[in-house]
Amino acid sequence: MQNEIILKMEGICKSFPGVRALDNVDFMLRRGEIHALMGENGAGKSTLIKILTGVYQKDAGQVYFEGRPVHFRSPQDAQNNGIGTVFQEIALCSNLTVAENMFIGRSRSAFVSWKKMNEQAAEMLASLGIPASPTQELASCSIAVQQMIAIARAVAMDCRILILDEPTSSLDEDETKKLFSLMRALKARGVGIIFITHFIDQVYEISDRITVLRNGKLIGEYLTEELPQIELVSKMMGKALGDVSAIKKHEPPQAEDSVPVVEARGLSSAAGVRPFDFAIHAGEVNGFAGLLGSGRSESVRAIFAADKVTGGEVKIKGRRVKIKTPLDAMKQGIGYLPEDRKNDGIIEDLSVRDNIILALQVLKGFFRPLSRTEAEEFANKYVQLLGIKTASLDTPIRSLSGGNQQKAILARWLLTKPMYLILDEPTRGIDVGTKVEIQKLVLQLAAEGMSLTFISSEIDEMLRVCSRLIVLKDRQIVGELSGVNLTEQNVMQMIAQGGEWGA
Amino acid sequence: MLKLRQQFERMHQLVLPFSVLVVLLIINLIKGADYFKITLINGVLYGNIPNILFGASELVILSIGMTLVTAAARGQDISIGESGAISSAIFVQYVLRSGNVTIWTILAGLMISCAAGLVIGAFNGTLVSFFNVQPMVATLILFLGGRSIAFIIDGKVSPILANPISNQIGTVIPGVPIQTPIILTAVFIVIVAVILRTTNLRLYVEAVGVNPSAARLNGINPKKVIFLTFLIMGVCSAVAGFIAVNKAGRHDSVNLLKFIMMDAILAVALGGNSLAGGKFSITGSILGAYTIEVLNRTLLRLEVNPEAIKAFKAVFIIILMIIASPVVRDSGRRILDKLKASIAGPAARQRSGLPQAAAPFTDRTVQKEE
Repeated sequence: MQNEIILKMEGICKSFPGVRALDNVDFMLRRGEIHALMGENGAGKSTLIKILTGVYQKDAGQVYFEGRPVHFRSPQDAQNNGIGTVFQEIALCSNLTVAENMFIGRSRSAFVSWKKMNEQAAEMLASLGIPASPTQELASCSIAVQQMIAIARAVAMDCRILILDEPTSSLDEDETKKLFSLMRALKARGVGIIFITHFIDQVYEISDRITVLRNGKLIGEYLTEELPQIELVSKMMGKALGDVSAIKKHEPPQAEDSVPVVEARGLSSAAGVRPFDFAIHAGEVNGFAGLLGSGRSESVRAIFAADKVTGGEVKIKGRRVKIKTPLDAMKQGIGYLPEDRKNDGIIEDLSVRDNIILALQVLKGFFRPLSRTEAEEFANKYVQLLGIKTASLDTPIRSLSGGNQQKAILARWLLTKPMYLILDEPTRGIDVGTKVEIQKLVLQLAAEGMSLTFISSEIDEMLRVCSRLIVLKDRQIVGELSGVNLTEQNVMQMIAQGGEWGA
Repeated sequence: MLKLRQQFERMHQLVLPFSVLVVLLIINLIKGADYFKITLINGVLYGNIPNILFGASELVILSIGMTLVTAAARGQDISIGESGAISSAIFVQYVLRSGNVTIWTILAGLMISCAAGLVIGAFNGTLVSFFNVQPMVATLILFLGGRSIAFIIDGKVSPILANPISNQIGTVIPGVPIQTPIILTAVFIVIVAVILRTTNLRLYVEAVGVNPSAARLNGINPKKVIFLTFLIMGVCSAVAGFIAVNKAGRHDSVNLLKFIMMDAILAVALGGNSLAGGKFSITGSILGAYTIEVLNRTLLRLEVNPEAIKAFKAVFIIILMIIASPVVRDSGRRILDKLKASIAGPAARQRSGLPQAAAPFTDRTVQKEE
């Protein structure tokens, strides 16, 4: 049964303004298989899924579903043809009952037979082993059960392909096990499942095949049992993008016993990082390495108090300080360029000038606004220094390209002259040229004595820039690498094996 | 050239209220050429224009507060009339109970009613910013209960405010050719302008309104900023209530500033401000407030049946909102582009793809440079 191909995507291409999201990607799904789609952020996983489900229209390529060429115009269209999708955020109505959620919007008649609907729902819940009653309100079920009901809804619509996009990210271990047994039950029924997750261990537990994407390109399709974890990690992280050999890493001149600029002990936050220790010296560039979801961002956010800090203490130059809000952190000379540029970085409708002076302005205080000339001067200086391409300082920042937006946010923090600057994925989604510029800038700033943390999904980039890497797995620090030990091989080994002693 | 264009872009938000104002004035001129005539009676200027400025004073002040609340909280305060009724009731009680009324009594009363406005603003602001209640729901409480509170403070129906100073505040001060409410409004606008110049109010409010999450990561506390806008709204309500009660000469807890929040919200929208928050123009809202007053008076002047005025006003507003909607503006731009292209040939068609060609509409065109 496993060899019958039900879905074949061939030569799929998709471009967005300035980005080639998918470049000639093939994907194949067989009946009754669980197929993991792997890749770091921006690899093209979600674009591929969105093309399959009709959210986006492909630029080139062909999709065959059960042998026939198909073209879905909308997610509704895909759903009616037997492709169900369950997203990380549950798209159900929590105030309706379980049965209503399973059947809502499916009846073509205006009248509903509640009795029949509840009976059907009960039958389906029983056959899939979902512990819920049809008449129960959805909100009273656990997240895992809600997730399962979303799946049951897809199954009730007679889906032959089920796409699960990060279904386990908000589930605990026990709930994940239950979800997996449901997935196995569906697999036995012949449903083809596309499984997207960032948890590598789960991939090895449940999937039959793995397809790896990187930077919009297909890296390959592998049988799970034939692909060692370390190779998967290396395939996902990939190789360097040439042209960057010119960068010379700066070795911090620090003595080991000098007082660190920033030191944290037992720091933890509401975002779910396990308590961790951290220290960085003047002129040092370090990095947090690990796959997405490993707690890289959460850790640095805890230092900046971007999430509610729940424990631990922070010392700045050996002095204990209280950092409860981002403003406290800023006053201590810490800057933070967030991972999600669009939602946490830019103030999209405000001008490039206002975006650049924002942090400095807030530091100066509510009653001390910069004069127009001062603001203009500061913004202009950094526009020139970083080569930000903008029509004028009054242009709303949202009309700039991603790379230029990122430079403007960088300018915002440089303007505050921070002692310690955290850069979370500063090079994501921007062109190679700007990437190299940012890397060079980081090293230059470090040479001038600033301490920086540089986080990137691309391991090569971190190896080039950082002199020390803190390796995380499953929201926990599993090790630290520096000096001669700082190699790609070692990082991957640590990520791949780090969890094994825990399991 | 570029400078000019930027100036124009900054101004273009004001094009709508301004052109509506002009159209209304033209209609009035057609109706009677003496529309702009101003006469001097007993040393005071009277006429249509002074009347409009006089009549719109409360609305102008309220629309300033409403602009800030809308921008930061992404919602509206619908209790402003009630809040004004409560704070002015306190003002009236203070004045009535303090025997000899001097200018200091009135000023002290104004201060006390502003303090009451701050308390009301703090109440609404706490609900919205710290308890995350939607602004309209939070302010619905005082909208429903506010007039009863004002009545309880009054203790009886419509206490009369009969003293010469109140009368002068509501009408004219001898020797001054302009009616006092107009002067008070102007002073208020100047104070607001000074606050906007000497603080970061605009930057903070806009940052919070556009992207609260990013604002927070830049050290701004969105809750505090939203709370602050409600405090300012409270003061605006108190000042508007102060002017209204002095104009009326008595405190009518039922009808004072009744339903004025609708006009204030409309003024904000007419001023080209998004009711979903973000960037704001107080100049636009002030123009919008005056436009509404002109519209009311125009309909009266055209001898529309007073009962039917609201219907006419509604129709007028529907037309305005459709003209101002992004849908119409986008298609307007497309038609304009096509026209340009067909007139100037293929060379111009290439140029019309550039953002400059659509300068008046650039707020809708997102040109990626990558």
